[in-house]
Amino acid sequence: MQITEQVRSPYQVDERGYYGPYGGAFIPEMLYPNVQELKENYLTIMADPSFQAEFQLLLTDYVGRPTPLYFAQRLSETYGTQVYLKREDLCHTGAHKVNNTIGQILLARRLGKKKIVAETGAGQHGVATATVCALMGMECIVYMGEIDIERQAPNVARMKMLGAEVRPATSGSKTLKDATNEAMRHWINNPVDTHYIIGSVVGPHPYPDMVARFQSVISEEIRNQLQEKTGSPLPNYVIACVGGGSNAAGAFYHYLHETSVKLVAAEAAGLGVYSGHTAATTFLGKPGVLHGSRSILMQTEDGQVVEPFSISAGLDYPGIGPMHANLATSGRGIFKAITDEEALTAGFELAKLEGIIPALESSHALASLKTLGAGPDEVVVVNLSGRGDKDLATYMKHL
Amino acid sequence: MTNRITHLFSQQSGRLLNVYFTAGFPQLNDTRTILKSLEAAGADLVEIGMPYSDPVADGETIQLSNDKALHNGMTVKTLFEQLEGMREEVSVPVLLMGYINPVIQFGVEAFCRRCREVGVDGLILPDLPADVYEEEFKPLFDQYGLVNIFLITPQTADDRIRHIDSISEGFIYMVSSASTTGAKAGITADQEAYFNRVNAMNLKNPRLIGFGISDNASFERASQYAAGAIIGSAFIKAIADTPDLPGTIDGFVRKVKG
Repeated sequence: MQITEQVRSPYQVDERGYYGPYGGAFIPEMLYPNVQELKENYLTIMADPSFQAEFQLLLTDYVGRPTPLYFAQRLSETYGTQVYLKREDLCHTGAHKVNNTIGQILLARRLGKKKIVAETGAGQHGVATATVCALMGMECIVYMGEIDIERQAPNVARMKMLGAEVRPATSGSKTLKDATNEAMRHWINNPVDTHYIIGSVVGPHPYPDMVARFQSVISEEIRNQLQEKTGSPLPNYVIACVGGGSNAAGAFYHYLHETSVKLVAAEAAGLGVYSGHTAATTFLGKPGVLHGSRSILMQTEDGQVVEPFSISAGLDYPGIGPMHANLATSGRGIFKAITDEEALTAGFELAKLEGIIPALESSHALASLKTLGAGPDEVVVVNLSGRGDKDLATYMKHL
Repeated sequence: MTNRITHLFSQQSGRLLNVYFTAGFPQLNDTRTILKSLEAAGADLVEIGMPYSDPVADGETIQLSNDKALHNGMTVKTLFEQLEGMREEVSVPVLLMGYINPVIQFGVEAFCRRCREVGVDGLILPDLPADVYEEEFKPLFDQYGLVNIFLITPQTADDRIRHIDSISEGFIYMVSSASTTGAKAGITADQEAYFNRVNAMNLKNPRLIGFGISDNASFERASQYAAGAIIGSAFIKAIADTPDLPGTIDGFVRKVKG
């Protein structure tokens, strides 16, 4: 297990909790003891062999890892390059999110926490959290925007069946950003017995690094699998979608220092980058502070956070994790803005060519293939972060 | 010029009342009326909230006042315009409270300069961490004569309280319980133990107790353990729908101070 192994690179977190100019812990004093406790303990706990054994066993027997790296023959022919799909959609619960929730709940248990709080947008992280809480017999409260509760009813039902209490976030825009605010407020009000499982590489340090490490199993496996299939652990491109950016952080992690590997991040452009209905943070955002870290966020001239828009609830976030903000600013990452329309087309294409229905989030990554310009002998890995069952209603509207 | 906050605490050591209100609430242009009425009614300090879209440390009442103020069109720039010339009308110490992002967008130095120009004395920025303050903000705050107010909570460790005391001026904002604003009412035995623990530390800065203070009883109680107290949510509720701001404010403050 590589979760404590980190190749030094300017793209990894530094000792102060920053990725270049981004990161840090911009939190009210009420959260300081909790975040400090995590900061002081997460690396030690994660390095403990008994922790690693527990984590590894659950990833193998419960999540179903390693997930396949599948050579997509017909997709490759269509785009004239060698396309491999990292099948995170085959994880238990249907997306990569569970890699992180398993890691964090084991860590929470070692910190002596009794209860879990989480935020969710589309409900994937909420389901992954409710799942591990059921598994560990821990109380689970999930905050979800009132609007998302309506548009993601199947995931709300799943969380309830798993024993979680789903609480509507009724403030602000009533979506993911507000669910995150409510989860933070809940943690402020319940600091002693509760651990907050953040679902993405956002939040105050050490969350972005901790979540990235738990998700790094994705690129660890890609390296091994590519070595076997192509004779080299290094592809020419790794593509992943980015909302907050946890699946991308996992897929990029063990390639951050390998500068021959181009890291491609697909952001949600909604109706178009300049349409006023978009979530293309790195294209429109400015540096600022949201949810406890300094990063890039979409905001007004007055510094008020702007409501994002995307067909994909999982990418519908006005910020981006600090690791990705640094990849964007430094030029290490290639950022693409994918519209709703382009994502839908790519989703239908994968279904027809390969018999795989991708999550709308992952469809944004797939849509990047069109403008990638990869050569016939180049190897492209697309991180297929989740499956599309939850998005069927949306897909059907556009059939 | 002496800072009005440090001057106040050098003159008076007890039963000080700091009242919070959100700029732009209930109406966009109520700021000066509320400020003048608070001073006239006997508030000892005034804390003006700069509304923000994502106020994570605040409970429902202040969140809603933030939303309403933003909806009314309040911005940091507008607030400074409204405060222009306030020192010809009021002498009460004035603090601006808010979240760090709008301050960063305004430009930290420009923000400090405007504070100085209009006569603001201090800042409360709950999501500005102490280390970032010391590295990036303190020199500017010092240059423009602004004091930064830090929060401590029942969970804050003694060594951190001492560190915060060492970098604080004016007063320390003693959060009464683990909560967002307006969440819990009254003062329990656990909280008294915490206040006594902090008092026994002989800090150089006085404390004001905030969160859960809503009326004369809780104000008097808090004043037994600190230099005074801060009222926010209860005041916001009181002025939310009133047809007579000055009258309501006068009644509210006099009742709290007893």
